[in-house]
Amino acid sequence: MRVPVDWLREYVEIPKQARGADIAAALVKVGLEEEGLHGADLTGPLVVGRVLTQQLEPQKNGKTIGWCTVDVGDANGTGEPQGIVCGAHNFQEGDLVVVALPGSVLPGGFAISARKTYGHVSAGMICAADELGLPDDGSGGIIRLADRLPAHELAPGDDAVPLLGLDRETVEINVTPDRGYCFSMRGVAREYAHSTGASFVDPVVALRDRAPAGNDAGFPVELRDEAPMRGRAGCTRFVARIVRDLDPAATTPDWMATRLTEAGMRPISLPVDITNYVMLALGQPLHAYDLDTVTGPIVVRRARAGETLTTLDDVRRTLYPQDLLITDGGERPLGLAGVMGGQDGELGEGTTAVLVEAARFDPVTIARSARRHRLTTEASRRFERGVDTDLAAAAAQLAVELLVELAGGRADAAVTDLAEPLEPVVIDLDPAAIGRLVGVDYAVDRVTAILDEIGCSIDGSGDLFAVTPPTWRPDLTTWPDLAEEVARIDGYDRIPSVLPAAPGGRGLTTEQEGRRLAANLLAGRGFSQVWSAPFVGEALFDQLGYPADDPRRSTLRIANPLSDEAPLLRTSVLPSVLEVARRNVSRGTKDVALFEHGLVLGGPAGVAPTYDVGVYPGAEAVEQIAAAVPAQPRHLAWAMVGEAEPAGWWGPGRAADWADAVGVVHALAEAFAVEIRVSTGAEAPFHPGRCARVELADGTYLGSAGELHPKVVSALGLSGRPVGGELDLDRLIAASTSPQASGLSNYPSAQSDVALVVDAAVRAADVEAALRRGAGDLLESVTLFDVYEGDQLGEGSRSLAYRLVFRAPERTLRTEEVNDLRDAAVAAAGTATGATQRI
Amino acid sequence: MSGPNTQYDPVEVSALDPAAIDQAVQDALSAIAGATSLDDLKTVRTAHQGDRSPLALANREIGALPPTAKAEAGKRVGQARGRVGGALKQRQAELESERDERILVEEAVDVTMLPGRRPLGRRHPIELMGERIADIMVGLGWEVAEGPEVEAEWFTFDALNFDADHPARQMQDTFYVDPPENGLVLRTHTSPVQARSMLERGAPLYIACIGRVFRTDELDATHMPAFHQIEGLAVDEGLTMADLKGTLDRLATELFGEGIVTRLRPSYFPFTEPSAEMDLRCFVCGGTDPDCRACSGTGWIEWGGCGMVNQNVLRACDVDPEKYTGFAFGMGVDRALMFRTGQSDMREMIEGDVRFNAQFGMEI
Ligand SMILES: [Zn+2]
Repeated sequence: MRVPVDWLREYVEIPKQARGADIAAALVKVGLEEEGLHGADLTGPLVVGRVLTQQLEPQKNGKTIGWCTVDVGDANGTGEPQGIVCGAHNFQEGDLVVVALPGSVLPGGFAISARKTYGHVSAGMICAADELGLPDDGSGGIIRLADRLPAHELAPGDDAVPLLGLDRETVEINVTPDRGYCFSMRGVAREYAHSTGASFVDPVVALRDRAPAGNDAGFPVELRDEAPMRGRAGCTRFVARIVRDLDPAATTPDWMATRLTEAGMRPISLPVDITNYVMLALGQPLHAYDLDTVTGPIVVRRARAGETLTTLDDVRRTLYPQDLLITDGGERPLGLAGVMGGQDGELGEGTTAVLVEAARFDPVTIARSARRHRLTTEASRRFERGVDTDLAAAAAQLAVELLVELAGGRADAAVTDLAEPLEPVVIDLDPAAIGRLVGVDYAVDRVTAILDEIGCSIDGSGDLFAVTPPTWRPDLTTWPDLAEEVARIDGYDRIPSVLPAAPGGRGLTTEQEGRRLAANLLAGRGFSQVWSAPFVGEALFDQLGYPADDPRRSTLRIANPLSDEAPLLRTSVLPSVLEVARRNVSRGTKDVALFEHGLVLGGPAGVAPTYDVGVYPGAEAVEQIAAAVPAQPRHLAWAMVGEAEPAGWWGPGRAADWADAVGVVHALAEAFAVEIRVSTGAEAPFHPGRCARVELADGTYLGSAGELHPKVVSALGLSGRPVGGELDLDRLIAASTSPQASGLSNYPSAQSDVALVVDAAVRAADVEAALRRGAGDLLESVTLFDVYEGDQLGEGSRSLAYRLVFRAPERTLRTEEVNDLRDAAVAAAGTATGATQRI
Repeated sequence: MSGPNTQYDPVEVSALDPAAIDQAVQDALSAIAGATSLDDLKTVRTAHQGDRSPLALANREIGALPPTAKAEAGKRVGQARGRVGGALKQRQAELESERDERILVEEAVDVTMLPGRRPLGRRHPIELMGERIADIMVGLGWEVAEGPEVEAEWFTFDALNFDADHPARQMQDTFYVDPPENGLVLRTHTSPVQARSMLERGAPLYIACIGRVFRTDELDATHMPAFHQIEGLAVDEGLTMADLKGTLDRLATELFGEGIVTRLRPSYFPFTEPSAEMDLRCFVCGGTDPDCRACSGTGWIEWGGCGMVNQNVLRACDVDPEKYTGFAFGMGVDRALMFRTGQSDMREMIEGDVRFNAQFGMEI
């Protein structure tokens, strides 16, 4: 909401010296946050000048500059013409222009000084509208004052700052959705008074007194809402006033056009400008119809299916049955109530008689229409947030008075004022409760004084008051609403600071601790953490090589995605990490190791019912809602591109390979003391021969790691041999164990090496498992220390060399014992995998 | 000294001659002193202490002497051998020490060369910031609660007093899951976790909710479609806005340092009544520069929204509003990181450029 300061001054006493910043500071205290200050950001000398000569000089760079002499009166101290170079030529000798003399500072801190340019000394600047922070006047460049200010007597040297309104200030504030009444000068003025104690006179009081009561001769209007929304009728008051004999040639006076422009609205025509002016001044949206195009009666009703309306913005809209319409005779739609008028009934150049509508529309009806038609207007914004419920007659009166005064019209004595009674809101208030909620011990008479100040009427005494909020505060419905009023008017700065003693909690959960551990572990191993938006496209699933029936293809779609390329929710984190890796490579970082943990979609979604606010729907309903939310496990993914160990003074680098990716899984398993099983996997997006499938001991799938499939690498725009992995972090953490300590043996260990020849298809993990099984409890460790494939073994075989380390808890093992254990291990491996010992 | 003994073999006698022994000692000492390496000294040792050295020979001669002369000669030779042996030992120690020192010098390397064989990775500073805030809240006796990102509309809005037709609901810029009538959204704030916690655990309750939230904002320097929020919710008997202010003051002090100045100013949120914004005194200008870009000259920087839990929220979450009051607050973790680090472009915080994380340590 933009508030021109001089307009605000009309309703509330603001100290003469107060600037926009002071006003903003006063308003923020009562809850109207400053969004910006506009205007008065220019210092002169900015004067009227008359162009005496204009010599056009083509330049080598293709431009043509104008070398001008300009009469600026005595403003330059000499009375001599001022020489100025000007790049624009939409003016001529003899024109009155605006000159910024050396020493002036234009908006944006642009300081003007005499400078040498294009072979002249240019002592100032001939100004265009945008250079002064003014809206374009259609001149297409330099301001020609004869066009812009035709009614003014101007002389060279006159101060142009007040002439152009450049000394005027506008305060822009943010109005929260509960404060509809602050979308008006009247409302903001009232809040300024609350903040500062300044004297405020509500303009509506006098207008209401002057407004004639409705009578039978008024224009016929019928309220025919057959489908109230959420039990509330769409229109509960309709004031119609008629003004005739308007002078079609009458134009909007400068002062009104200026105020409208400063408030952010474009002047259109006098009657339209008057309705907008009244809305900005008082907060009541109005609509004016060309009376000669309306046969009547005006019928307010819901739209019918398939009905259409062409609104003032030239859009033909198909209406929804819930839309509330203003119609002529019940048939011809004249407008979408409270949102925007239609082209039928629109004011034209020849309009001489208008019907002014000031109505009370239900916020829900208006909000839904505005939303359905994606049409937020100045009117709908106000109705949605709540307009003063007793403003219609006063606002119509102001509009009528202005039409009479400025357009020479004549007001009909016949007045329509249809009003359905509103259920008054009365709030039961225990004044002490306010202090108990806010934490400040307010005296009872302080509470009542503040409520009185904001316009409430109060009945009762002691610990029970009946408080009726003013008509402009439909947001006040409960006693905590009144508590906020008391607290903010008394001042939030009076609230003390007390640290409450929480009963003490259980600390971080296992999941929270576990997540930190996993992330720290990855970072310690050289991976940099990233986090990506969770949106992906169907194409990505193809690029990753997911089969048609891959469950990772089934996910949810966003109805209103930011990008149509990525409307789906991710089911896997690794692709996000690969995308970030690609971005890093494209920015010149060739060796990248990244990880990310985040939620993925991991199950089907149901339908979650909703219930009205303020109502506990019951345990069963809550359960049903929660059950509709799809499972979203937390996944951890990592990837490496380029070298895992860089080259340096120590020697050559080492490219990241599958073992780096799989090594992460083992490190995590060790960190969480989780027993895992690794087997050969073939899941997309991995290389089918270089993919490790990882399961928990009970066979639960945990994740996969390895080298990426070459087709995936090229489809994702990567190169080389990227590696990576992904696992379900929730499952890993849930499987984490607290092993029991077994005591360490101080007796010496004994080792025995064996080389086993196996078929190349036999997996090392199976051989190792068999060795462990066969060796029994005295086996301390098994290490695969060499792998050999070669001619000596023949095609299709390989040799795996293991070091077995044995240790007994309470004695030194004898050599024969160790040999027996080794032989048992080898035998077990032989049985399980066909391994034979290589001699 | 004994007199001449004519029975002696003149050659052998000469080996035991005191002068000869002195000479042998002198020769040995000067050879020892002249040894410049351990190898030299080894040769010297063989020559002057070995089996064939003059003193060894002299020692052997002693046996041939008449018993009367044996004692004296033995003493003389013994002393001589002792002197040589001592000198050798001393020189050996000296040379060993010299060698050790020389080796240390020779083995010196340039330790300023960066040993970057295994580069360290990094945590993302946003997550670190969230963890720091979580730790502060846990230190105050609160717990950290979490919830899903795809969330039921009812938990996200209706339970929190966001009426379907209230403008505040539209202002949330919500991503809807298709089809929208199924009632699922991407949570626009972490508040649904508050609703879930109240429903699951009831009062009293002191929880912080940290997590990722989503708004339909295009990515630019100051907006992100996905960002991180921290919210707090306390529900107990007798809680007031003063408790709210005290909690926020403490959090601000822990995060931004002793002496940070805060203020509450009136605002509006559907889930709180009364509602407030929490501002921090501008870090950059301290409220003294009307042209300050950090605070737009207002002297204050918006930190987060807060207020007393709206009774409708308590009711919807099955908490008795007659018995309990509560307060809630929420702020952007990303914004807190920006304040703390001077980071000005939000895009850098989510693009994942490894150079971004590398600016920070493993703690924020
Ligand atoms: Zn500042």
